[in-house]
Amino acid sequence: MKPSSFTYHRFDDLADVTEALTRLGDDAKLLAGGQSLVPMMNMRLARFEHLIDIARIDELRTIERRQDHVVIGAGVRHCVVERDAVIESDVRLLHASTPLIGHFQIRSRGTIGGSLAHADPAAEQPAVAVALDASFDVVSSRGSRTIAASDFFVGLWETAMNPDEVLRAVSFPVWSGRLGVGVAEFARRHGDFAIAGSAVQIEVSENDEVVRSAIALFGMSATPHRSRSAESHVTGHQLANVDAIELGRLGVADIVDVSQDSNVSASYRRDVGAAMLAEAWRRAAADAKRRI
Amino acid sequence: MNELTVSMTVNGEPRQVRVEARRTLADTLREDLGLTGTHLGCEHGVCGACTILVDGDAVRSCLMFAAQADGCDVVTIEGVAASDGTLSDVQQAMHQCHGLQCGFCTPGFVMSITALLELHPNPDQETIREYLSGNLCRCTGYQGIIAAVKVAAAAREQS
Repeated sequence: MKPSSFTYHRFDDLADVTEALTRLGDDAKLLAGGQSLVPMMNMRLARFEHLIDIARIDELRTIERRQDHVVIGAGVRHCVVERDAVIESDVRLLHASTPLIGHFQIRSRGTIGGSLAHADPAAEQPAVAVALDASFDVVSSRGSRTIAASDFFVGLWETAMNPDEVLRAVSFPVWSGRLGVGVAEFARRHGDFAIAGSAVQIEVSENDEVVRSAIALFGMSATPHRSRSAESHVTGHQLANVDAIELGRLGVADIVDVSQDSNVSASYRRDVGAAMLAEAWRRAAADAKRRI
Repeated sequence: MNELTVSMTVNGEPRQVRVEARRTLADTLREDLGLTGTHLGCEHGVCGACTILVDGDAVRSCLMFAAQADGCDVVTIEGVAASDGTLSDVQQAMHQCHGLQCGFCTPGFVMSITALLELHPNPDQETIREYLSGNLCRCTGYQGIIAAVKVAAAAREQS
C-alpha cells in the first residue's frame, strides 16, 4: 500500500507546467488535490514516472464573476467552493452539490478542476457542469481552447483534453430570476461514491410556471447524463403539475448504457437514478417556492 | 533516488526532512519524525485515522505526499495537548464522555473534531454527524464521540 517511485515537480507558473507536460509526455501526471490520484497510487492501480504538482499556481486559484459567468480556477479546492459567497449566490447548483463530495477532510484538499478532469462517472460536479452548460478553458504549450461541457466528458475517466493539456478554469453561466436547485444522491455509506444521483436547477415565473430547467444524472453510465426529456417534461409547466416519480422514470428511460457491477445491477441503478431525480426535483421545487 | 528536502512546521517546531518523493505525509510524520500518534488504518482515505491539520484544515495525511506539505503548518495529535500534558478541551470531553475504547481511531477523531469546532463552534446534531462521517470507529458506536463534541462546544461557549 505504498506508491511506486516517481520524480516530483512543482511549479508556480502555468507556462512551466505546459512545457513540462510537452517534454515529459505520457510519463507525467498532474497532481492537484490528489484525493483520487493518491489512493490509486497507494493501491498501485496507477504509477507514473513524474508527478507535476499544480496546487500552488495562483492563476488556478481565482473565482471571478465576469458578466453573465462565474469563472472558477481549476485549482480551487472544494472547501473554498463550498464557502465562497459569489458561488453561493450565482452558481447555486454547484454550491448545493459540493457538500456531497466525499467527507470534509477530502474537500480540504480536492479541487474542482481535479474532479472534472478525473471525470469519475459517479462524481457530482461533472453532472453539474453538464447540466448548466459550463465551458472548460484548457491550455497547452500549443495554445488554449474552450471545450463545451457537452463535449468534455467522453468516457469512463476520459475527457476531450489531450495529454499535453491542462484544465485552467471552468466557466459557469449565471442564471437570473427566481431559481430552485436540488441535488440528491444515494450511496451505501455516507461519503461513498454514489450509486446514482441527480442535479436539478429550475427558473420559475411569478405564477409558478417553470420557464427554464437544467437536469442531469450521475453514476448512471460512463459519463454524466443530461436529461433533455426530463427538461422538456417540466419546462412550460406549473410546479404543482409535475409528478416527481413520473419525472424520475422518464428521466432515466432514455439512458441506454446503464452501468452494472458486482453489487449493483443495471435495473436497480436505473430505479435508484429515477428516485434520485424525483428527489432532486422535489428539493428544487421546494427551494423555488421559498424564493417568492 | 527521487529524494527531496521538505521543510515544514510541525506542532509549532520547524522541521526539515529528507524524504523520497513517494513518501506520504503520514509516513514522514511516523517514520521520519517519530510522531506515531497519527495512525494509519486504510491508507486510501476512507477510515480517517490519519487525519491531521495542514494550514488549519483537516486532511488525510495518507493522501498527501510529504513534498506537498513543504512550507506548511502541520498539527498532529501530539500538538493538541498543552506542553505540560494538560488535555485539550476536545481530548478532555472524549475522556469524560467515554468517546474511546481501544483508541486506534481516536487521534483522527480528535483532529476532525478540533477542525469542526473551528468551522462550527456550536454544531447541531446533524452537523456533528456529517463532520464525523469521515472517521470510522469499530468500538464505541459513536454516541460517546458525538456527546464529546457537544460537551466541548458547550464548554467553549461558557468560557
